[in-house]
Amino acid sequence: MSAAIGVVGEPRVLRGHLSLRRIRHLLLSDPLALLGLLIIGLFVVLAVFGPMIAPLPGKGAGVIDVQARMLPPGAAHLFGTDDLGRDVLSRVILGARPALLVAAMVVLIAVLIGVPLGAIAGYQRGWADAVIMRIADLFLAFPPLLLAMAIVAALGPGLEHAALALSVAWWPWYTRIARGTAVSLRERPFIDGARVIGLPTWRIILNHVLPNSLTPIVVQAMLDMGTVILAAGGLAFIGLGARPPSPDWGLMVADGRAYILNQWWLATFPGLAIFVATLGFTLLGDFLVRQFDPRQSG
Amino acid sequence: MTRLLEMRDVSVAFDTFERRSIALTGVNLSVDKGEVVGIVGETGCGKTLTGLSILRLLPRTASIVGGSITLDGEDVLAMSERDIRGLRGARVAMVFQNPTSAFNPVHTIGSHLRLVLQTHTRMHGREIAQRIREALSDVGMPDIERVVRSYPHQLSGGMLQRAMIAMALLLKPALLIADEPTTSLDVTIAAQVLELIRRLQHERGFSVVYITHDLGVVRGICDRVVVLYAGRDVETASTEDLFAAPAHPYTRALLAAVPRVSARGHALPVIPGIVPSDPGAMVGCPFVDRCAFAFDRCRVERPEPTIVGGTHAAACHLLTPQGAGAAKQPVGIAS
Repeated sequence: MSAAIGVVGEPRVLRGHLSLRRIRHLLLSDPLALLGLLIIGLFVVLAVFGPMIAPLPGKGAGVIDVQARMLPPGAAHLFGTDDLGRDVLSRVILGARPALLVAAMVVLIAVLIGVPLGAIAGYQRGWADAVIMRIADLFLAFPPLLLAMAIVAALGPGLEHAALALSVAWWPWYTRIARGTAVSLRERPFIDGARVIGLPTWRIILNHVLPNSLTPIVVQAMLDMGTVILAAGGLAFIGLGARPPSPDWGLMVADGRAYILNQWWLATFPGLAIFVATLGFTLLGDFLVRQFDPRQSG
Repeated sequence: MTRLLEMRDVSVAFDTFERRSIALTGVNLSVDKGEVVGIVGETGCGKTLTGLSILRLLPRTASIVGGSITLDGEDVLAMSERDIRGLRGARVAMVFQNPTSAFNPVHTIGSHLRLVLQTHTRMHGREIAQRIREALSDVGMPDIERVVRSYPHQLSGGMLQRAMIAMALLLKPALLIADEPTTSLDVTIAAQVLELIRRLQHERGFSVVYITHDLGVVRGICDRVVVLYAGRDVETASTEDLFAAPAHPYTRALLAAVPRVSARGHALPVIPGIVPSDPGAMVGCPFVDRCAFAFDRCRVERPEPTIVGGTHAAACHLLTPQGAGAAKQPVGIAS
């Protein structure tokens, strides 16, 4: 079958026979992907069970202990304590939940807005394509982080606003991907088949174009999870994300910046958390790219 | 018999940035109720385009620029987009050449069929399931329960083509357009599929437009044949008349090019040259450059259809009283 061979330039279609066994086999033969998966797994566990795992959850959340301020990493506080005596390890663990939540939300909103618009643009072409893609171009003309900063600045700082702003900056990328797939799908015979049986356009897009566009979208979403964690950290760092005293990695790096020379642990550990989480999603994303995009392999 | 489909002088043009090229230069096609009409011709002469224009489903750059199409007395070209969608798949169905790519790989066969019923009827759950199983059993599908749940890549080409025919006939259309439905199948499966179409046509009495380049298939299934060349019908005749007495030089050349066991050891006669890519730009007969009998008039004047007997008509200057004398070679039945 022609689709199974995977014509270059045409996204392969995710098929039923990608069984759990095959995924396991693929992962085991690719140590980097396995590492990525383990990292993501670790952070998901931290995000879900954080308050139970964190050694000093109360202190992490913001209980101030002036006696214990600025303690270096040691047996009592593995990652040390900050300027208000809060346990850095607990705060890093508690920070996993907002970080993953924001990343998932941003990617989800971006996909939900971007993909349908891209599918419509690519399938319809003509004026719909022109209007949608010019609007997308308008957003793409700004660097995403700069656009997000401007939006948060207008809305006022806060984690929700940061998430919203990042979504707004991110959707056009998905529109472009979805449009590209839709354009190539449009020429496939089964689309003609759908037109021949009299399906209305919205049905064709919903039943035939969208399901076949999912593979590149999933790959991109995985890669973007990492990027969004980094971007959200960036927004928090410049004071446009989460507000103190919430345990947010970007915010912790910002707070620790003043002490970086003498109390290095304040900024280093949350920074490492951002780095490792981003790395995990990127590694798994790259693995998916290798699996589904023949242009990247070899 | 009553007329079901009437195409009169239908022209289709492709518009590109710089120019317009005419692909169909006036096709006439009529199909009676219960009749099987074959459209034959070589690649690129507009067979598929003719089939698609009945449904008004042309490629995006193409449009119907002239002529009329009526189905059951209704003007197809004047229908609203909504009405024409109601016609597609319900009153006029189409079967494609390559069944493996005509199904969406992410949906099961069952959901493909279900979508047709959901689009055109108000049937629900059990009724739909029942109707799908009936349709699949009508086309002689083995192991129906498995097929309904199968994805396209899990079935063979022959089974997919059966499924496609079942899907096309789901709503008992009055007209089935079969666009080379057996070309991509191997010989035995092709014979089965052909037999299936013939049997169903016989039982239900729908009309068929059978598009093919295989003259053997035409002889086996069609009541009447339209020979298409360079975007126009050059000869129309009952199947018997066409094979007994082909009138147009192109038809004769096509028939001569059919391989025969009895002619083993002899070179197969071929038609030299290729189909002109832009027949709309030609002044004379589009076949002139490849025709063994061409004379002066063929270059300057386009031949109009001439009745050669009964319902048998062909568009060639040789068949007119003035033309016969001017031919450089005598007109006879091709050997």
